[in-house]
Amino acid sequence: MRLNDLTYLMPLLVLVGASIVTMLSVAVKRNHRVVFGLTVLAHLVAMYFLLPLRGFTYPIPPFLIIDGWGVFTMGLILATSLFVTMVSYAYFEQREERKEEYYILLLLATLGACVLVISQHFMALFLGLEVLSVSLYALISYLRTREMSDEAGIKYLILAAMSSAFMLFGMALMYAVTGTMAFPEMAAFLNSGQEMPLLFLTGFGLIVVGVGFKLGVVPFHMWAPDVYEGAPAPVTAFIATVSKGGMMGLLIRFISETNGYRYPSLLLIFTIIAIASMLAGNLLALRQKNIKRLLAYSSIAHLGYLLIAFLAGNQLGVEAVSFYLVAYFITTLGAFGVVAFLSDNVRDADQLEDYRGLFWRRPATAAIFTAMLLSLAGIPLTAGFVGKFYILASGVNTQQWILVGMLVLNSIIGVYYYIKVIAVMFAQPEQKPELRKVLHPAISFASGATMAVLGLLLVWIGVFPSTLVQLIRGLLVTFMASL
Amino acid sequence: MMLAWLLILLMAGGILAWVSGRLHAQAPRWIALFVSLACLSITLFLWTQTPPAISPAGTWLLRYELPWVPQWGVSFSLALDGLSLLMLALTFFIGLVSVLISWKEIKNKVGFFHFNLLWVLAGITGVFLTMDLFLFYFFWEVMLIPMYFLIGIWGHENRTYAAYKFFIFTQASGLLMLLSILGLYFVHGAATGTYTFNYFELLGTNFPPGVGGWLMAGFLAAFLVKLPVVPFHSWLPDAHSQAPTAGSVILAGLLLKTGAYGLLRFVIPLFPENAQAFAPGAMLLGVIGILYGALLAFAQTDLKRLIAYTSVSHMGFVVLGVFAFNQWAYQGVVMQMITHGISTGALFILAGLLYERLHTRDIRQMGGFWPAIPKMGVIALVFVMASLGLPGLGNFIAEFLTLVGSWRANPVLTIFATIGLVAATVYSLRIMQRVFLGAQKTSKGMRDLSFREMVIALPLVALILWLGLYPQPVLDLAQGSLEEQLEAYQKPELKTTSPNAVTLTAHPQDSVHTLKGGSHALE
Repeated sequence: MRLNDLTYLMPLLVLVGASIVTMLSVAVKRNHRVVFGLTVLAHLVAMYFLLPLRGFTYPIPPFLIIDGWGVFTMGLILATSLFVTMVSYAYFEQREERKEEYYILLLLATLGACVLVISQHFMALFLGLEVLSVSLYALISYLRTREMSDEAGIKYLILAAMSSAFMLFGMALMYAVTGTMAFPEMAAFLNSGQEMPLLFLTGFGLIVVGVGFKLGVVPFHMWAPDVYEGAPAPVTAFIATVSKGGMMGLLIRFISETNGYRYPSLLLIFTIIAIASMLAGNLLALRQKNIKRLLAYSSIAHLGYLLIAFLAGNQLGVEAVSFYLVAYFITTLGAFGVVAFLSDNVRDADQLEDYRGLFWRRPATAAIFTAMLLSLAGIPLTAGFVGKFYILASGVNTQQWILVGMLVLNSIIGVYYYIKVIAVMFAQPEQKPELRKVLHPAISFASGATMAVLGLLLVWIGVFPSTLVQLIRGLLVTFMASL
Repeated sequence: MMLAWLLILLMAGGILAWVSGRLHAQAPRWIALFVSLACLSITLFLWTQTPPAISPAGTWLLRYELPWVPQWGVSFSLALDGLSLLMLALTFFIGLVSVLISWKEIKNKVGFFHFNLLWVLAGITGVFLTMDLFLFYFFWEVMLIPMYFLIGIWGHENRTYAAYKFFIFTQASGLLMLLSILGLYFVHGAATGTYTFNYFELLGTNFPPGVGGWLMAGFLAAFLVKLPVVPFHSWLPDAHSQAPTAGSVILAGLLLKTGAYGLLRFVIPLFPENAQAFAPGAMLLGVIGILYGALLAFAQTDLKRLIAYTSVSHMGFVVLGVFAFNQWAYQGVVMQMITHGISTGALFILAGLLYERLHTRDIRQMGGFWPAIPKMGVIALVFVMASLGLPGLGNFIAEFLTLVGSWRANPVLTIFATIGLVAATVYSLRIMQRVFLGAQKTSKGMRDLSFREMVIALPLVALILWLGLYPQPVLDLAQGSLEEQLEAYQKPELKTTSPNAVTLTAHPQDSVHTLKGGSHALE
């Protein structure tokens, strides 16, 4: 550790500092607005310090490495977390529980995800993963008065702890084989021999359990619907985006650093997972009447799509993953943002019936939700279409016809349930809906503005994708060289 | 730039119509009317300007190109030739008619209705203009969502089901096309080093053996579903019968034409060898469509469903003609696209008008309306006659040319296709007989065409007569671009221009003499 390293770690240090400052401010006086402001500020400052880190590779041995991929995923995580913070204010303002600690946990979870994506050592990996997971246990069951929330928290706690144990065991096995926990040394070890040692493969398989759990892919997806349903809507958005994105970032780094694309057995594992996730996610979503559960299943399917691009493995594949992550994050944030926006202080607006005729009551909200759903379905004019197009391109390019065919089939299945929700929103309301308590306009302004920004971003990226493509290519240029 | 303006006008007009719906209930109608009228005038202006003015060489009248996603070789590329010009004129004419026909029919959410209407037209316009495959897919999907809303919100009793079915069929087939587009992109890129979606550059791509057929299959999936060709037609009767009148008119008049256009513009020139290999099968499908559609049309009791099945039958001629690969058949196909758009659109309008008056589409509850509504009867008679292919009306020219062309390619199937004309007479006359002739079932609420309805109907009649009596301008306009679509097929034909010698082989006395050389030899 050198003094110079500190400048490169500034984004992380800002997050740490912010969480401490926030904690202290809560100790002095509870003020939702101040804590909210501090959190937003922390994100902005962290992003500011992230900006100059573009365009080079700076390893901080043995634990961390700052490179294009890391900067890209960190920026994405920070931006996403900022959006989550923005929609959280109105959501928690109308609830009785103590609101302030939520933001501390959110900052810590973001910190964990950031560490995860820049780690190049099992220690850092596990540290980041646990900081993220432990914060999530508390975040998921944050609304303690709700039974669902508690249940979801316990479920996540047990399963996450178990998957971590699997992961640790896997790491131990790999350590036993290679004698190192750092990715570059591991790569060097693997390069020296032709065959992958069986014990290493076993270890990797155990790690896949942990990774698959965080990604929420089949067969490690059981927690997703329950946790999505039970967690507060902004936290659900956070799990669906930051937590999954962080793990995806790590996975890509690990596989490309250890040159894992050489091993057909590894690719086969992920191919099976991808196909199973797409199919199970979409089929289970078909009959859902609960929006949050529907989105949970849909996210299982979407991670399956993402794995196709991951499996492509070349430059186009990594670009496609990056682009899809951005598109998917915007879409998911928007969708859960709408859910949070429509929720009242008794329960979240998660039933399909809550959305009946929404378009005629709240046209703007419904329009944004429609756009998000169309993006999930991959319809043009939205970012989701370009993302899916990118993934298809990477799949066709590497001629993975089975995966591409499954993607097409699943997109069609997916269209059915997205359209179902849209049809409900555009249906005529049968009876006059009871007027719900409307928050003070200034409070819901933050949420409304965030939603509008997300909607505009969605369409902007959908219509003019070249800016984002350029950005991704620029950032990944250092990472690609090592690929 | 003129071409981009068409799209901007439609899209901006759509948004404006939506917003203005809050200010005044009638404003969206006027905006939509103005926009479609403006687009129609631009198109007609281009028509009058055409040949020598803007085409120095080749068949392209106008081109407009902007880089869009340069990293992928995607450009915002629009181009106009005779074929697209004709299609655009049809689009805006039908669009205008749809706005007018909805004037009294659509009473709720007028703003959003016209937004969707104009955006469907924008999507269709894009499809007819774009010369970039990525953009083509983009517009192909853009026309889908508004149409879904048109059916799903303003449709009849079973609208949700019909809208789903429409959406999922088209989306599924569209995705297969997207796969093929990507396949084409990478095959071309790997062969030449330039990765591009540009139509002109992708023309003449050589495929590794076995690949071309699969790529063509993806395109065919999209176009044959949209057209529709028989095994993939089941979305059509539902969508057409459940949509509001304007929706049915646009579906029948325009959306089906995008399928035919796609075949002509993309499948034929991009995959000459594979298309020729597939031709007998495609023609067979066409003939099955003609006969099967006619048969089902005859069995329907729902007036709109009946008309929908006639579309299936008429579109069979399009497939038949497209895969005949000769100029006559192609002229017939283009004529069929236009005249079917007008005549079937008109029939849907009449069905809509009857529905407004009777609140039913069931022809068993109709009958003997001629004395009560003679004007409508006359109009209906014209279009029923057009639908059965009476000489003097546009559809006759279309079907005649198609059959002449396809005879040269495949006489046996053409004979079966001709039987379709007889069947058309049967189902068409049945409309007339059941609705306007016979014993009068009811006269309650029957009023004849109003001024607005006459304004809609008379231009349609005039057009179908003009197309039947003097189709030459249309044929001339289409000629150049059709020749271009057939360019890839000219070389093999060159060999046969010198007719094979007729050989009379010596045979034993009691055997049949055989002529070798085929149809060309006989000329």
